[in-house]
Amino acid sequence: MYAEVPGGVAYWLRRLGGAVTGSIGRLGYASRFLLAVLWHSPQAFRRIQLTLREIYFAGVLSLVIILMSGMFVGMVLSLQGYETLKRYGADEQLGILVALALVRELGPVIAGLLFASRAGSAITAEIGLMKTTEQLAAMEMMAVDPLARVIAPRFWGGIISLPLLAALFSAFGIFGGYLVGVRLIGIDAGAFWGQMQAGVDFWPDVTNGIVKSVVFALAVSLIAVFEGYDSKPTAEGVSTATTRTVVISSLAILALDFVMTVFMFRGTGT
Amino acid sequence: MNRAAIDLWVGIFVAIGLGAIVFLALKVGNLLTIGAEPGYRLEARFDNIGGLKLRAPVKAAGVVVGRVESIRLDPKTYEAVVSLRVDRSFEFTKDTIAAINTSGLLGEVYVSLDAGGETVMLKDGDRIGKTQSAVVVEKLISQFLFDKAAESGNAKK
Repeated sequence: MYAEVPGGVAYWLRRLGGAVTGSIGRLGYASRFLLAVLWHSPQAFRRIQLTLREIYFAGVLSLVIILMSGMFVGMVLSLQGYETLKRYGADEQLGILVALALVRELGPVIAGLLFASRAGSAITAEIGLMKTTEQLAAMEMMAVDPLARVIAPRFWGGIISLPLLAALFSAFGIFGGYLVGVRLIGIDAGAFWGQMQAGVDFWPDVTNGIVKSVVFALAVSLIAVFEGYDSKPTAEGVSTATTRTVVISSLAILALDFVMTVFMFRGTGT
Repeated sequence: MNRAAIDLWVGIFVAIGLGAIVFLALKVGNLLTIGAEPGYRLEARFDNIGGLKLRAPVKAAGVVVGRVESIRLDPKTYEAVVSLRVDRSFEFTKDTIAAINTSGLLGEVYVSLDAGGETVMLKDGDRIGKTQSAVVVEKLISQFLFDKAAESGNAKK
């Protein structure tokens, strides 16, 4: 072995190289894990009840936080947007501002972030704990594939739940914006909805928002089940994995959002 | 939580989620009006439509009565042909004037219809004879500067 001086140039270079190869290797492992989950998905769908159960835990139980946040975000957006638009005498455009901001960006992104912290962390902790208590190993002993029995239903539960939650977030946000803009501030309701309908197109605005939320759902669900499956089987390992799920999911959502926005809305002019 | 209850909740969740998507599509994105909108069609020809866009409102006395359905260029006369889809409950006289206006300095561009005094009404597919093109601000400014320059030139003489 090399006898290295800690703190020397070679030492730091080796640490850098180790970090890079380690993260690339982990990325490759995660990709193979995704393929394995997809490969086992038909088997999981034969027992659809498992997936429904995960939709219940990830989706239905996230409804309250998603709807409340959506409403408050829409209300704040409406208040702040009004203050700015009023200066240019364009306060009737408030409907467009609220709807476009929610449908294009805030709906998918904030719903994704909330979903990662509310449901993603729970999935990681659950799978991690199953691994720690050797439940996954016990399943393999009984010839039950944990990928089909545990991982795939949670993965698909997340993918189905998040786009629906994001759409609900946008819808309730627009409703919150309507409450503040029309009921509280007193913009004409006809102008609010009319401007919104004139300025927002189903294609590409709404559809791009849905595409974004599906991509976020894929990322968050994969990260959540992968971190759980890959966690160290100790109490500390599970807690680290749960933290990693929230941090990596949030960063992935924001980075993917930027990349998709560049491709979706670059130069459309509207 | 037993199986039936989970099924019920998941069903409710998926139903309201899909309902939200439908709401976004119809109420916000206005998907319905892309298809056949009720109302009749009028045609107007303009020398210049300025910043008029598809589905811009058609207003009479400031009230929205329809939408711009299509905009194309007549290759022979080089005029912009704008077809308007107007609500059936509003009828306009034959001598109606169609003008392209802007609401406020930065506001949206719309088509305004000013009804005249005739008794014969416009029918589906009719062409509005009298039109007034969009005012291009740059042209106005350059004209103003040109006039000023001409004035000062005259004063020197």
